[in-house]
Amino acid sequence: MTFVPHTERDRQQMLEAIGVKTIADLFEAVPQKFRFPKLNLPAPLTEMEALGELKGIAEANESADDLVSFLGAGAYHHYIPAGVDSILRRGEYYTAYTPYQPEISQGTLQAIFEYQSLIVALTGMEVSNASHYDGATALAEAVNMSRAIHRGARNKIILSPGIHPQYREVVHTYEDGGDLQFIGEDLDLSAGPDALIDMIDEHTGLVCVAYPDFFGRVYDYTKLAEAAHAKGALLAVSVNPTALGLLKPPGEMGADIVTGEGQPLGIPLSFGGPYLGILTTRNQYVRQIAGRLVGETVDSRGQRGFVLTLSTREQHIKREKASSNICTNQGLMMLAATTYMSLLGKSGLRQVAESCYHKAHYAAAEIAKLKGFSLKFKDAFFHEFVIECPIPAAELNLRLLELGIVGGYALGTEYPGMQNCMLLTVTELNSKEEVDYLVETLAEVAHA
Amino acid sequence: MPEPLIYDLGAPGRTGVQMPAPDVPLADLPTGLVRDNLPLPELSELEALRHLTRLSQLNHSILTGFYPLGSCTMKYNPIINEETARLGGFIHAHPLQPAEMMQGSLAIMYHLQEWLKEIGGFAAVSLQPAAGAQGELAGVLMIKAYHASRGQSQRNKVLIPDSAHGTNPATSAMSGYRVVEIPSDARGNLDLEALKAECDDTLAAFMLTNPNTLGLFEEGVQEAIEAVHAAGGLVYGDGANMNALLGIARPGDLGIDVLHYNLHKTFTTPHGGGGPGSGPVGVAAHLADFLPGPIVGIEEEGSEEMGPVYGWHQPPKSIGRLKGFHGQFGMHVRAFTYILMQGAEGLRSVAEHAVLNANYLRVKLQGAYKVPYDRVCMHEVVLEGRWADAPDIHALDIAKRLMDFGFHPPTNYFPLIVREALMIEPTETESKEVLDAFIEAMLTIAEEAHSTPEVLQQAPHTTKYGRMDEVKAARQLVLCCEIPREVSSEQ
Repeated sequence: MTFVPHTERDRQQMLEAIGVKTIADLFEAVPQKFRFPKLNLPAPLTEMEALGELKGIAEANESADDLVSFLGAGAYHHYIPAGVDSILRRGEYYTAYTPYQPEISQGTLQAIFEYQSLIVALTGMEVSNASHYDGATALAEAVNMSRAIHRGARNKIILSPGIHPQYREVVHTYEDGGDLQFIGEDLDLSAGPDALIDMIDEHTGLVCVAYPDFFGRVYDYTKLAEAAHAKGALLAVSVNPTALGLLKPPGEMGADIVTGEGQPLGIPLSFGGPYLGILTTRNQYVRQIAGRLVGETVDSRGQRGFVLTLSTREQHIKREKASSNICTNQGLMMLAATTYMSLLGKSGLRQVAESCYHKAHYAAAEIAKLKGFSLKFKDAFFHEFVIECPIPAAELNLRLLELGIVGGYALGTEYPGMQNCMLLTVTELNSKEEVDYLVETLAEVAHA
Repeated sequence: MPEPLIYDLGAPGRTGVQMPAPDVPLADLPTGLVRDNLPLPELSELEALRHLTRLSQLNHSILTGFYPLGSCTMKYNPIINEETARLGGFIHAHPLQPAEMMQGSLAIMYHLQEWLKEIGGFAAVSLQPAAGAQGELAGVLMIKAYHASRGQSQRNKVLIPDSAHGTNPATSAMSGYRVVEIPSDARGNLDLEALKAECDDTLAAFMLTNPNTLGLFEEGVQEAIEAVHAAGGLVYGDGANMNALLGIARPGDLGIDVLHYNLHKTFTTPHGGGGPGSGPVGVAAHLADFLPGPIVGIEEEGSEEMGPVYGWHQPPKSIGRLKGFHGQFGMHVRAFTYILMQGAEGLRSVAEHAVLNANYLRVKLQGAYKVPYDRVCMHEVVLEGRWADAPDIHALDIAKRLMDFGFHPPTNYFPLIVREALMIEPTETESKEVLDAFIEAMLTIAEEAHSTPEVLQQAPHTTKYGRMDEVKAARQLVLCCEIPREVSSEQ
């Protein structure tokens, strides 16, 4: 299927105007021996054929929608109101680019401004950027921010072992070969935030924690923030935004930077992307934040309007002196989150959060009653929790799958010694019936 | 009357979504951790959707008009991509489900890797980078790891032409490299002598955009690449302008060691108002072990009846993970769909017509506008937006006046080496009629610049908004709505 509209007559007229005989004549600057390579690709398909092909491939996936799923670990199944995709499908949004020309981009600009506002409200922070790639890269940018805020001093970064293992990997990729020293990842998993306090000293630039953490646990980080500030360090908290529908926001605990994975805010699982990076901070650090920022102003006619602002922080102005190389944001995913939060609003997001909380606690309580199963941690949790099983979690998952259940995340791969541990997630989409089926099935297959 | 802000809409007690009440016994909420107030707005479903629909109508977009934003490849984004990316099997797929359950997703990624290898002339591809800038970071980190693996860590310098995108120097600096700028010559090529003078044993990499940001194919590309390789350096290719090369030349054949693709430019995944992008990287064989992972490989070869079994592979010396999970998978499906519909002939036709359109604009606009490097261009043409006899007119005025004719302005003030630059990339999906209308508007504007300059300086006139006060925005920072902070009593 071609999307080139040119007729033969168009081509002839255009070539004549240019003063060449054939289109091939336009490529004489390309070294001849490399010009017009024969590409070995499948023969082109029409739209109808392509859709048929793609449908066949999609059916080769056994997706979570066809089964009962308790898998989360950083990507969550939630109900997405129909209105979200109706907005995402508007060509005015999805076929526009970065709003460089504000006079004809007020739709995107105001949507970003509102996104920034809703995220500020949700996190309890003061400034949000226009979004980042995802939760992992947003945390890596928090580390970059710390370096910029401390102007190269304070090279010690504390990473809680409760941060998503993939996020920590990404931080290491970004900072590999740099001058930063990372500590804390090998702390005992049951130690909690107090163990981090002991590690903070006058060389510490940043303390990074998650809320809820990778294991679903929630802690009040107020003391940790105070301890960090007392030594001149900053606190960054990586959040799940759904939890903030119910729980005290990190802004109220004294966090300096809040990052997070925005996928639960109306973005489908889509095999891991595109997702949405949340990146927020305090007013005093606005000049160190990465990515686009939208600010309010007025136009030549006195109307309120919005523009990209403080762009002197960014790569296209500062080039090698910029603190980050990012130029895009996750525009369309930002719009999904804005639409989701606008539709759910104050009461809807609280309802989703409470529903997740109660269902997860019901599931945890029921599983803990099973012979051979127990909860690994005693701490408060949101909608994920770790169970210790009588057999290896990976093996248990295979048995669950045979009965139509996608089990939790088997922790043995990332955490040696936790072969029998599974991280289970329950959201508002899991009915009591599903939870009961999981509990029954666990009892049945664990001792089979 | 501007559209109200979200916090000025709705009323207490309204909601746009009702969720079912929990069907399980309620648990105690965690003591001391429940928030007092959730200061989100309260809108009905219609209020919220009407607001966001009305906002959308304030945007210029590809679907509503010509969008010749240079270096961004604002071509038509096929609607079918939006259907295929939303197929149930893909959109509900959890990224941590075992590979055996996700053979459809892995098949998409595997074939896209293979096709990008073929299109670019590379030995291996990773789809992990989230955007072009992250693809660049991947590339530079791989180059650094490669040199380190050969005991060549003294290589600390990256050469970047003065016409390059700002991401190139920003990425190099992020990776701990020193940046040396290479000037351009009078024909718009990089200055080969200046390049060669920097080719020594501290050279880590040369970052090349080809066609360059002047829209010109680098005439000394082979000589430049040979010089860099002879000094032990590697060549990074910025694939931003790949639309001009599809089926025309393969960067890998030219000797480029690593290149990022922009799926959102070349392969029609939508720009989304600024993202999500997707920036896969392709590499020559000697860099394959360093790719960011995991990537998709074949576990078991297929037979006539059964397709192959796909699985995850971590390259042995991988620079590591660059983002969570597997890259921007939804964009992979869209790019896959597009390439499937194009085939080899279709892709070559894309590049040919992109270049035809740009050259048509070049010859029709030269004369009325100065074309600083006047030779056959590739997919975009760069003009100067200034005249000696209209000294008060700037590129910005031309850009703003174009809006009155219903066009999105070209990229302006970039590349930095052209004074008052207007960088125009028409793309292959625009018809001759659209180009003729744009040419007519540009010629009218050139006349107005001399006869009635104030019309340009005060433009735009017909848009819903006039020029914005950017200084005020930066000086009196207002970055969010006023958010009600009072503690609510109902919770």
